[in-house]
Amino acid sequence: MSAGVGVDLENLWIRFGDFVAVRDANVNINGGDFFSFLGPSGCGKTTILRAVSGFLDPSEGKVLIGGNDMRGIGPNKRPTALIFQNLALFPLMKVWENITFSMEINGASSAERRKRADELLDMIALPDQGDKLPNELSGGQRQRVAIARALCAEPDVLLLDEPLSALDLKLRQHMRTELREIQKRVGITFIYITHDQGEALTMSDNIAVMRAGVIDQIADGKTIYNDPATAFAASFVGENNVFRGRIKKIMGNEALLSTNRTGDLVARISSVNQGTMREGDEAMMFVRPEAFAIAPDGAAGDHFVTARVNHEEFEGNVFNIFTEGDGGKEIKVSLPNLGQSFENHTGQNITLEYETRNAVLVPAGELAAE
Amino acid sequence: MPHFLKEFFNRNGTGMGLGILGLVLFWTIGLIILPQLSMLDFSFRPNLPPPEIGGPKDVYTLENYKYLVFGPEGGSQDYNTVDLRVFFRTLLAAVCVTIFNLILCYPIAYYLGQSKGSHIRIFAIMLIIPYWINEILRAFALRIIFGETGVLNTLFVGLGIWDMPFDFIRNDIALYAGLGYAYILLMIFPMYNVIESLDKNQIEAARDLGAPWWRIHWRVVIPYAKPGISSGCTMVFMLSAGALAAPQILGGPSSLWFTQLIYQQFNDNNDWPQGAAYAIVLLVTCILFVLAMMRLFKVNMGDIGK
Repeated sequence: MSAGVGVDLENLWIRFGDFVAVRDANVNINGGDFFSFLGPSGCGKTTILRAVSGFLDPSEGKVLIGGNDMRGIGPNKRPTALIFQNLALFPLMKVWENITFSMEINGASSAERRKRADELLDMIALPDQGDKLPNELSGGQRQRVAIARALCAEPDVLLLDEPLSALDLKLRQHMRTELREIQKRVGITFIYITHDQGEALTMSDNIAVMRAGVIDQIADGKTIYNDPATAFAASFVGENNVFRGRIKKIMGNEALLSTNRTGDLVARISSVNQGTMREGDEAMMFVRPEAFAIAPDGAAGDHFVTARVNHEEFEGNVFNIFTEGDGGKEIKVSLPNLGQSFENHTGQNITLEYETRNAVLVPAGELAAE
Repeated sequence: MPHFLKEFFNRNGTGMGLGILGLVLFWTIGLIILPQLSMLDFSFRPNLPPPEIGGPKDVYTLENYKYLVFGPEGGSQDYNTVDLRVFFRTLLAAVCVTIFNLILCYPIAYYLGQSKGSHIRIFAIMLIIPYWINEILRAFALRIIFGETGVLNTLFVGLGIWDMPFDFIRNDIALYAGLGYAYILLMIFPMYNVIESLDKNQIEAARDLGAPWWRIHWRVVIPYAKPGISSGCTMVFMLSAGALAAPQILGGPSSLWFTQLIYQQFNDNNDWPQGAAYAIVLLVTCILFVLAMMRLFKVNMGDIGK
């Protein structure tokens, strides 16, 4: 028996008039996975969720849940439950009525419903709160009630549309852990929509990075962070420094990038682009702020960058140095605070060093908006 | 000075505050409460020729109210069956008109409230513009539609669907249609206002949890729209029970509306005290009925103002 019910999108296109919201999406989500669609607002991730939940018909292509084509099956007949961004709890129903609304539809008795509500309230750590109205609860409590209401319908797939975005930072981080735990406990497939890379990286088994209706990369969090497929994925997920240039020479899985400002630099070609990038192609190299180290003055070579320091800042856990970069963009360097003393470099030239495995080369492309 | 008054004056200043307060008091006391009180006073007095007003015969009496229940003294019947029948028929008909309007207007209000786009504005204008035409003309227009040689009868008899013209007027269908149409906006707009503010996600959430459309309405939309529904129903009930023009023009020859009796007392019989008593009975009964309904459906007075 498989761990859960999978969801597949096959050649999915969704258009609104002339506007293409989703362009040829192909995604296989394994049963029991916590899968996130990550992208900026307007990238089409919510549209995909609505197509899976049944509120929207795809223009082309298929949505398969557990291998069954969902075409023509309405949202009330699909084995999915959706948690809305604003939760959409029913304000005039008590908490226990909210939670067991799906049972009411199936004609369950009031006693059965109360019993089930109490079980679910225990699970979400809100015992004895069933007789309150939703607006008598705090934001985090309402959040949990929404989860309980969706789980009460015993869906095969739970869909979550940025449900944490209304919460404050501390609570949001707490709910991440809680959501992940609930998912492991119930063992069903979670599909999570977010623009917050922290949420996606911490909770997900796999992530699809989306940009303007296109899925750029599908992989686990580590791969997306360390081995991005596109310039967008590299710049959207986490902080990254970009170096533009033209490929001078390809050496197996590495390449030498000829940049305008910082000379020739060596980089590792990201896995999916190996074999497809050619000498002379425009390319972008990405190095994370934490992957730089300060090198002795005068060091030179294909993994050293020399630049003038614009300003510096102390952030507590890290010390940040911002130097002049490529095309008006600063290079950010984050040195971990291990108790060492930090010299002030403002106005001076410093030389930065990186290891080739930490410099990823992808074809030149659109960067994420800051 | 009570707290809310103090706050009211702080916010508006003394001059403006006094001005607003004065107008509101003039409106409620001068134009509503005092005239009604004088009607109440009338209703407890005998109908006397002008010279005898204030004379020894001018004493408070329950005669006028007795008349509605028991008829003229020494009359042939124990009860005033004619007028009482008209009274209860009027109330029942007003209830029917209200229910009919509610059923008709709820889908319209729901559609207007939950759709987006500029066509909603056009629909709303199309609903409002006919009300620029005065009530009498609208009532006569319905007569043209429902009359014996009217549009409907000509059409259906002409098509051979009916052998004989159907008497819409005698069967009160024209009257119900006229009353229903007269107050349709007062039913639609309170409901529309409330439904418009209902979060679409609520409806989608209910659907997502497996609810069929009727249950979404029953459990999500209607409870939410209850203030609008009660506000609309109250207005339509009160106004149709008190309507005069539509029954006058569209009512059948044998069916009197209670307001027509009141009108007759005031105008034809020149018996103001009797007319006042009838009007007061209608008013008090309608208010009691509405309050009872509000209690039955658990509606707060504050909801009516929504």
